[in-house]
Amino acid sequence: MKLLRLNYTLIALFSISSATIAQKPIWDLDDLQSRVLQNNDTLYVVNFWATWCKPCVAELPFFENQGTEFKTKAVKIILVSLDFKKDLNKMTEFAIKKELKNEIAMLSAGNPDIWIDKISPQWSGAIPATAFFKNNKLIHFYEGEFSNEELKTTIKNQMK
Amino acid sequence: MMRNLLFLLFSFLTFSSFSPESGYNIGDTASDFSLKNIDGKMVSLANIEAKGFVVVFTCNHCPFSVMYEDRIIALSKKTEKLGYPLIAINPNDDVKYPDDSFENMKIRAKEKGFKFPYLRDDSQKIAKKYGALRTPHVYVLKREGKELKVKYIGAIDDNAEDASAVKNKYVENAVIALSKNVAISPETTKAIGCTIKWKK
Repeated sequence: MKLLRLNYTLIALFSISSATIAQKPIWDLDDLQSRVLQNNDTLYVVNFWATWCKPCVAELPFFENQGTEFKTKAVKIILVSLDFKKDLNKMTEFAIKKELKNEIAMLSAGNPDIWIDKISPQWSGAIPATAFFKNNKLIHFYEGEFSNEELKTTIKNQMK
Repeated sequence: MMRNLLFLLFSFLTFSSFSPESGYNIGDTASDFSLKNIDGKMVSLANIEAKGFVVVFTCNHCPFSVMYEDRIIALSKKTEKLGYPLIAINPNDDVKYPDDSFENMKIRAKEKGFKFPYLRDDSQKIAKKYGALRTPHVYVLKREGKELKVKYIGAIDDNAEDASAVKNKYVENAVIALSKNVAISPETTKAIGCTIKWKK
């Protein structure tokens, strides 16, 4: 109960700060797909990361930069954490501390052998990895880390 | 027609943007290697009498690998009894990730009491040849005549978060299947892990 309360406190804190955690902070695969597979021209940039993943944490500022850069464009960046469910508070605290402004959710979708392929058959499961969705489908996938410029260029190319 | 063309173009683009080291598929012949073990001796599979091997690409720094250490130790005991000794290989760039240096591998192996070889793939050639992409990433090999055939590629089991909730111990079951001479299912699996840290 105490934990739960802490949870809510953190989430409340989170919404007070300018960071945006999803209303439902833990997503299953359906939640993720219904968020990013939409019949519109918005480019959904979904970055899979975790607080324990050093190269992921290193590239988060680049996603933040692009969130600002493309703020007025049809681009939506979503940071999907693959931390374990039990680490929701840790992830939330991390997001507050880093003042992350992109939308954030945590994915808990069961056996990865099943859901990884449903995101992209190209994905080995290693993170960081980033998926680009537009017009109700996956249009690009990249496993590995971006530099700030590479990310910007990739987003620009996928907007076309 | 236009749609087909677009589809073709799209397939081409997605395919070409994905540049895997070719890597092994099930049924391929795996290459042997000569890599330095933490005891300073070189290890080659040809010099180990066994029915086959469980080759695990893993490392010191990756939290996912660390989380699996106890499961890897338990797994090694089971597969060795079945004639499939476990060989751990660390392919990571130890300049960017000093935790993965040879010296730190020795320390970790001692702390955890690894009874299996823990080899350093310093040139990263073996990881590339095998097609390893993440840690941990497992290849089960079976000796057939003079060749080593790839029989399973993928994850250790189906639940990283909770060892007690594992439903399928993929690698253990693959080795049991091999020792019973029955089909392995599944032969390939995916899991979350750290990218292998390639040298620039």
